[in-house]
Amino acid sequence: MSEAILSRNFNIPDAHKLSVAEPRGAYETARKVIGALKPEEVTNTVLASNLRGLGGAGFPTGKKWQFIPKDSKKPVYLVINADEGEPGTCKDRYILEKDPHQLIEGILISAYAIGSHKAYIYIRGEYVLPYRNLQSAVDEAYAKGYLGKSVFGSGYAMDLVVHRGAGAYICGEETSLLNSLEGKRGYPRLKPPFPAIVGLFGCPTIINNVETIACVPHILKNGAAWFTALGSPGNGGTHLFSVSGHVEKPGVYELPMGVPLRDLIYKYAGGVKGGRALKAVIPGGMSAKILKADEIDVKMDYDGLKAAGTMLGSAGVMVMDETVCMVKMLYYATKFFSHESCGQCSPCREGTGWAHKLVTRIYRGEGSVKDLDTLLTIARNMEGRTICVFADAAAWPIQSYITKFRAEFEDYIVSGRGKAVAAELEAAGAHAH
Amino acid sequence: MANITIDGKPYSVPDGSLLIDAIDQAKTKLPRYCYHPGLSVAGNCRICQVEVEKMPRTVIACNTRVTEGMVVHTASAKAKESQQIVLEFLLANHPLDCPVCDQAGECKLQDYYMEYGLYDPKFDDQKVKKAKKAVAVGPTIMLDQERCILCSRCVRFTDEITKTHEFGIFNRGDVSELDVYPGMELKNNYSGNVADICPVGALTDRDFRFKMRVWYLGSQESVCPGCSRGCNININYERSRPYKSDKGRVMRLKPRENAAVNRWWMCDEGRYAYKAIDQDRMTTIRTTAGATTWEAAVREVARLLKAAPAAKWGVIASAQHTNEELYLVRKVFKDLLKWPHLGYHEAGEDGPQDEILLRKDKNPNTAGASVILDLGAANGAASVLERARKGELEGLVVFGRDLSKMGAPGLLQEVRSKVRTIVYIGSAQHATAAAADVALPEACYAEKDGTFTNFEGRVQRIRMAVPPAGDARPGWKILSEIAAEIGEPLVFSKAEEVFKRLAAEQPAFAGMDYKVIGSQGAVWSRR
Ligand SMILES: Cc1cc2nc3c(=O)[nH]c(=O)nc-3n(C[C@H](O)[C@H](O)[C@H](O)COP(=O)(O)O)c2cc1C
Ligand code: SF4
Ligand code: SF4
Repeated sequence: MSEAILSRNFNIPDAHKLSVAEPRGAYETARKVIGALKPEEVTNTVLASNLRGLGGAGFPTGKKWQFIPKDSKKPVYLVINADEGEPGTCKDRYILEKDPHQLIEGILISAYAIGSHKAYIYIRGEYVLPYRNLQSAVDEAYAKGYLGKSVFGSGYAMDLVVHRGAGAYICGEETSLLNSLEGKRGYPRLKPPFPAIVGLFGCPTIINNVETIACVPHILKNGAAWFTALGSPGNGGTHLFSVSGHVEKPGVYELPMGVPLRDLIYKYAGGVKGGRALKAVIPGGMSAKILKADEIDVKMDYDGLKAAGTMLGSAGVMVMDETVCMVKMLYYATKFFSHESCGQCSPCREGTGWAHKLVTRIYRGEGSVKDLDTLLTIARNMEGRTICVFADAAAWPIQSYITKFRAEFEDYIVSGRGKAVAAELEAAGAHAH
Repeated sequence: MANITIDGKPYSVPDGSLLIDAIDQAKTKLPRYCYHPGLSVAGNCRICQVEVEKMPRTVIACNTRVTEGMVVHTASAKAKESQQIVLEFLLANHPLDCPVCDQAGECKLQDYYMEYGLYDPKFDDQKVKKAKKAVAVGPTIMLDQERCILCSRCVRFTDEITKTHEFGIFNRGDVSELDVYPGMELKNNYSGNVADICPVGALTDRDFRFKMRVWYLGSQESVCPGCSRGCNININYERSRPYKSDKGRVMRLKPRENAAVNRWWMCDEGRYAYKAIDQDRMTTIRTTAGATTWEAAVREVARLLKAAPAAKWGVIASAQHTNEELYLVRKVFKDLLKWPHLGYHEAGEDGPQDEILLRKDKNPNTAGASVILDLGAANGAASVLERARKGELEGLVVFGRDLSKMGAPGLLQEVRSKVRTIVYIGSAQHATAAAADVALPEACYAEKDGTFTNFEGRVQRIRMAVPPAGDARPGWKILSEIAAEIGEPLVFSKAEEVFKRLAAEQPAFAGMDYKVIGSQGAVWSRR
């Protein structure tokens, strides 16, 4: 494996404690940056590093920071998205649990860059151990004066609040997260206005993913050019890839942006389990379009996967071998999306539920081939007509599984083998929801 | 201003305005459920999709701001397709129970389906069942969750307008449900508005439910007489029914948009007060000489008034009267008969006031009365009644009001015992009407034309929705005939003519006529 940057402390026992992390360099960079560099210099370095948001959308981080109005009379907030809800993704969890000081250091530098004195970490409610480790790290940082009225004695004030989510996937969408943080229902907001102008409590706000912010100290320490060189053109740095499914060694791998998907599976994750044949790979979390076995010669970065008609998303790589039933896969995908739609937009609310009913019908051996076309129509109609991109994300599995594995879907329907599944489901007491 | 093109026609609209408002101003039809100009933009129904040139996809007009040179298509193939797609989603779980739904005929789902629907529905699965079918959520409103399309208008109304926060949307996805919060009920003085703004039959008015299919209703523009705000309303009535006590001709009142007065709303106090139109009305003429026709009654009253010693008679005028009627009251009693004891305002009748619409002055025309009657401060209703109570008056003319509801208890009996002759002209049958020697039935506000001046000096029209009950006649007509009989040729055949005369004589009304007033009112040129 290449150089461990973000993951360098993952295997060090008790690295979440300041007593272990600090001798290993934690806060060194922040101490040098705060008060010494101008905030714009920090932003410019991040901009030059080609760091792109690692939460899924890949938006250039430095550019996002520049959207904060210069002359704002209102406070500026930094919000860290630690909701990590995308199925197949568990990378942020490692940072939160194993090396939270890395994140806090990133927050100090990033907040300084955007002129914020208050940051929030919105952490997925199910992440209990990560939360505990994170909160104790925050407490330690406060106790040492690394957070609070005067960070490192520099006079720069910084407050950090850890807020636990309550289990809705949609609260990972940044504006839904803001509503949730404000104590409201987790409904994504209409855009414009964008959060950099009207964000948390109506104030300018930057929302970044945990991993994105964890990269920042390393960029400031080693320079933009170093970071850029680590990755592929236009995609700076390394990335934590969560590899799951039918591989010999599932886990989180830190590798340079642009690593070939084939290498990720065969070189790093030990290849397909039991030497079975590969059937398909979802490269970027449940929302990403699926790749067939013969489509895996792609570079794992934003541009490479976009060119392959899918996306890097959360870099949650789900590997499926020849035993996987695509109808069943789609059943679980539509089940997930219909359960998690926030329900605001009619195309998404009704479309996800409707699609899941149709897929369930097929899965239970009660569907028809015509249902496949209806599903494709529903998916197409859901796309591009909603408040957030959840509806698009819900459409993509439907479209890609059915179009890429059409013969298998038709065979499943015609063969009637779903009847056995129905009996099984009945026995298990499974319902549409 | 920004120059934009909507469906091929050029328009100039204020910079930064919402595209949907520009489309509305251009009188172009565009479907919408969640958008309401009086509420924040939610953008959740997604149906107001339009095509904007140079944009890759259709966009919702309610969250798009106009920009210079924008070219918009509301009915292009692309726009229409997008609208249809959204409508199909909205109907997926809708129960389609129009035949038994009280909203039928004024349902936006039904309307848009006729216009934008795909007549080939693909949804053939089980619809989501929801718990609350026709459940009361408060004293005025019934909720049917399965019909709700989750547009959140009602939620925003109770959050933003009344700030009472009764409604919420619970659960997620296609099992999302609109409901009141646990332990709460929808109970505020503006609750009726949620039935108006609910675009489908999910929230219906318990008072109106199943009274009548809406397509059998007539509608007339008017103004609520409930307080000095003068909320603009439509009176919905059943034209063919004659007045019969306690059988409704007027079925309901609906607020009518007026940005300067009530925006889109009205209060429940005003909304449900329509019942008085068809209750306890005085419908027949009663005089001492036993007149039964208007000719005889007018002659008798005119003779009585003419013979009365001016200083010994008093008038209780009414701020519930129209400007036209108040003008004639002034003409007859002040200018012609020169009676010194005139009053109109009844202090003590004032009720609650709020920050939304409701005013504590429960008269629709106090402003008109004050300018037209132009009485000295000492000459209020209280001082006239005080004179009557002290036995200083021989006769009293009372318009509309029930003396038993004014002043100290027992006032009516006291006055009655001291005053020889009481003439009552009004629409309600009450203790004063019963105690009067002469009682002339007057049309109520829903039965006549005229104008009220609200507390801000806005002159607004009321119009006849239903004919006067029984023998009743509009006050202006009764007064003009009495004046003619007394000898002053104040003869008018329409309220409009009275108003013309009033406008010519009263500087506050200068330049106004019924056309100028129109449906949105006109403000006094000078106060
Ligand atoms: C439905 C949905 C769920 C999302 N969930 C997450 C999440 O769990 N974690 C995350 O970091 N970003 C998530 N995002 C992306 C965020 O909206 C946002 O783009 C991101 O937090 C920005 O940070 P970045 O620029 O550092 O990537 C989600 C987006 C959508 C549409
Ligand atoms: S697209 Fe779906 S998840 Fe996103 S706001 Fe609309 S209903 Fe909610
Ligand atoms: S009850 Fe009516 S107004 Fe309220 S959300 Fe449902 S459809 Fe909209």
